[in-house]
Amino acid sequence: MSQRPSSGRIIKAPENFLSPAMIAEVQRGRRDFLRGAFASAITGATATVASRAVAQSTSLGDPNILELPEHTKGLGQPVAATPYGMPSKYEANLQRRESPGLTRVSAASVSFCPLQGLFGIITPSGLHFERHHQGWWDIDPTKHRFMINGLVKKAKVYTMDDLMRLPSVSRMHFIECGANTGMEWGNVAVPTVQYTHGMLSCCEFTGVPLSVLLEDCGFDKLKGKYILAEGADGSSMTRSISIERALDDCFVAYAMNGEMLRPENGYPLRLVAPGIQGVSWVKWLRRLEVGDKPYATKDETLHYIDLMPDGTHRQYTSIQECKSVITTPSGGQTLMDRGYYNVSGLAWSGRGRVKRVDVSFDGGRNWKTAKLESPVLSKCLTRFSIGFNWDGSPAILQSRAIDETGYVQPQMRQLRQVRGTRSIYHNNAIQSWKLDTNGEVSNVHVG
Amino acid sequence: MAKCLTYMWVRRAVIRLLKSLLVAAALLVGISAIAQQQYPDIGRAATPAEVKAWDIDVRPDFKGLPPGSGSVAVGQQIWEAKCESCHGTFGESNEVFTPIAGGTTKADMETGRVASLRRPDFPQRSTLMKLSQLSSLWDYINRAMPWNAPKSLTTDEVYAVTAYILNLGDIIPSDFVLSDKNIAEVQARLPNRNGLVKFMPMWDVRGKGDVSNTACMTNCATEVTLSSTMPDHARNAHGNIAEQNRLVGPVRGADTTKPPPLAMAVAREVPIAAPAPAKAVTGAELARKSTCVACHVANRKLVGPSYADIAKKYAGDSSAVAKLMDKVRKGGAGVWGVIPMPPHPEMTDADIKMLVEWSLQGGK
Ligand code: HEC
Ligand code: HEC
Repeated sequence: MSQRPSSGRIIKAPENFLSPAMIAEVQRGRRDFLRGAFASAITGATATVASRAVAQSTSLGDPNILELPEHTKGLGQPVAATPYGMPSKYEANLQRRESPGLTRVSAASVSFCPLQGLFGIITPSGLHFERHHQGWWDIDPTKHRFMINGLVKKAKVYTMDDLMRLPSVSRMHFIECGANTGMEWGNVAVPTVQYTHGMLSCCEFTGVPLSVLLEDCGFDKLKGKYILAEGADGSSMTRSISIERALDDCFVAYAMNGEMLRPENGYPLRLVAPGIQGVSWVKWLRRLEVGDKPYATKDETLHYIDLMPDGTHRQYTSIQECKSVITTPSGGQTLMDRGYYNVSGLAWSGRGRVKRVDVSFDGGRNWKTAKLESPVLSKCLTRFSIGFNWDGSPAILQSRAIDETGYVQPQMRQLRQVRGTRSIYHNNAIQSWKLDTNGEVSNVHVG
Repeated sequence: MAKCLTYMWVRRAVIRLLKSLLVAAALLVGISAIAQQQYPDIGRAATPAEVKAWDIDVRPDFKGLPPGSGSVAVGQQIWEAKCESCHGTFGESNEVFTPIAGGTTKADMETGRVASLRRPDFPQRSTLMKLSQLSSLWDYINRAMPWNAPKSLTTDEVYAVTAYILNLGDIIPSDFVLSDKNIAEVQARLPNRNGLVKFMPMWDVRGKGDVSNTACMTNCATEVTLSSTMPDHARNAHGNIAEQNRLVGPVRGADTTKPPPLAMAVAREVPIAAPAPAKAVTGAELARKSTCVACHVANRKLVGPSYADIAKKYAGDSSAVAKLMDKVRKGGAGVWGVIPMPPHPEMTDADIKMLVEWSLQGGK
């Protein structure tokens, strides 16, 4: 257990803790005496009591203010002490994590993004979720090659030097794995938003539009209907994309959040396919092929197919439909007190902009429209927030997003009526968090 | 001559008109204007051998399938040597990986629909239950298996091991030789060949999807019932949630190593999970983080001597560590000059020891 006080609130010291004589000494400015007094007051007490005692302090105030800390009185660290900056050591709790038992081997697995502790809409590069099929590599960019072939006048090879000379775009987009929230189709399976929704991230990507590259190779505008994207790793991930999507807003990205892509995210080159499920954002991208038919690749025929109640599988379910989730407070978190909370969360749509987000505190009976933080961008996370005065009674928190096409995020029940509970992919249901009288928030399904 | 001039004038006018039309068109299409360009000096033509090396995909119509063949018998040998360890002898692999074979029947081969996929109680979904396009299985193995040594099989080996898998599902007999010539016939026998539906509402960005909700605002649900909650025994299944949340802010992670508190007053005492213990640091890291950097560098005298000079001075002195630890702790002057080194009472012995030993190695 930590010795650190659990909050900065000053809680009144219990009576008799300090004798009137002691208080008088303190008021005369004898800080050394105060320290001695604490030392004797806590002798023999447990660690918890000790930490509480320090936090409780006296009428003089908070020792964190009264006793100047080392960092106020000493010399700090020099510049470039960590040449590539790292988060504070106090932030170590927020990490990508695997969900125990979800996958069998860590090189064909997922690590989830800690959405419960993130702000705004940008995912820090080191916390971007991971999904690899055959492990990840750190590929030498001087040796990486990118090829375009198929229905083109001239099959071409580009080096990274070539690609980085071409006209580029920088855009912010969300990426969501098609299997995000997949564990929740049947029943509540995981405790926190990290595991329910953490196959979701949002970054600014920089790279070359496919329209530029396809034009440069003289693609066949009549016969070319599909693009195949292929990765350079062992799984050589392959995915089909319609040529309209490709020419509209897809690009090959080499940068993420102002730096080059992280190896786990496809360094040095990945596809960005806005609005389309993450698997299509092929990492370590080595090749595009222009064709006249879809490719029914291994990850379009054996994986990433949605099982329906009638026993058929849906293929090519690519678009990530409109969805939202409250991240603060969310499952596994505890409210420390009654009173005001700024409830906030994320909303997104693979079909464009988020138009509105409504929040319910009573399990979907009544709704209030939340505030959307700017920017509100197409196929990008949007942060929403709404004030909440918690009176200590139980509540069920939900958020419901509506996108610019008018599509309203569905309830779990509505999704199940059509798709059953075994489809794994594309669960964009309204998430319910139950807030208990003890302040704990937990994952629940509302029937 | 006049005719010729007129011709040239007309031609120039036409070109001028075309040019301005092009500019207008480019302006109209906006962003795609930059796309209407080729960059002959960027990139180069791919050679046929390069395209062949990478273009390995096989489509459902078997475009891209290289010629070759392999028997079930040879496939079994390859399977036992290179696949069985992960997928099991008969592709059952129910211990570790999803099964490759199982769950299909002769009747399914008639209909092209796997009946067990309709049963919610059916325990697993094998590869053969899902498989609707044989090209995908061939391509899967060719590009990605064995999982830890992808692209190590020859073309004929891929045919053979594909044949073995199909034989495990009784789709082809044990004496079958699968090849590019007969693969289309085998496709027509796949138990789930009619089981895959191209679902356009979620392929097209302008699609409408298949499930809809309304944006009701008041008195929407008559009754709110909980249909599923986290079972008590799973409270700590994802590790202690207190250690997965920030130390400050409006909320804390719940301490899931303990049962839920009964009331909020207790919840308030939720201990803060300390961040994971920092991993062992090296002397160099510690020196960077400590104040030493203000006065010492590796090869140059700053306020204090360089680490190189310290190393040289005490080379071979077995009592140096203890002596210098004491000096760093208490500070002092006179050995290197009149400027004193300040004391370091706040530092632990372990840290001082690490730093002194590191100094004695010249700060390397
Ligand atoms: C070291 C373990 C390992 C070995 C050896 C191995 N595989 Fe696999 N195989 C896997 C894993 C893991 C997956 C799932 C990969 C993924 O999630 O993308 C897989 C997936 C597959 C699939 C698709 C299964 C599905 O989901 O429907 C097939 C087919 C397959 N392997 C065939 C083979 C064949 C044939 C061989 C031998 C030539 C082989 N494997 C060797 C681990 C292995
Ligand atoms: C404010 C400047 C200053 C700082 C900070 C400082 N030193 Fe020194 N250090 C000196 C000076 C000056 C001397 C020379 C003292 C002398 O002549 O006896 C010295 C000497 C030393 C010596 C050699 C002592 C001897 O007797 O030969 C060692 C070893 C040393 N420092 C290590 C450290 C380490 C480790 C740290 C960080 C924990 C540190 N110093 C921080 C100024 C500093």
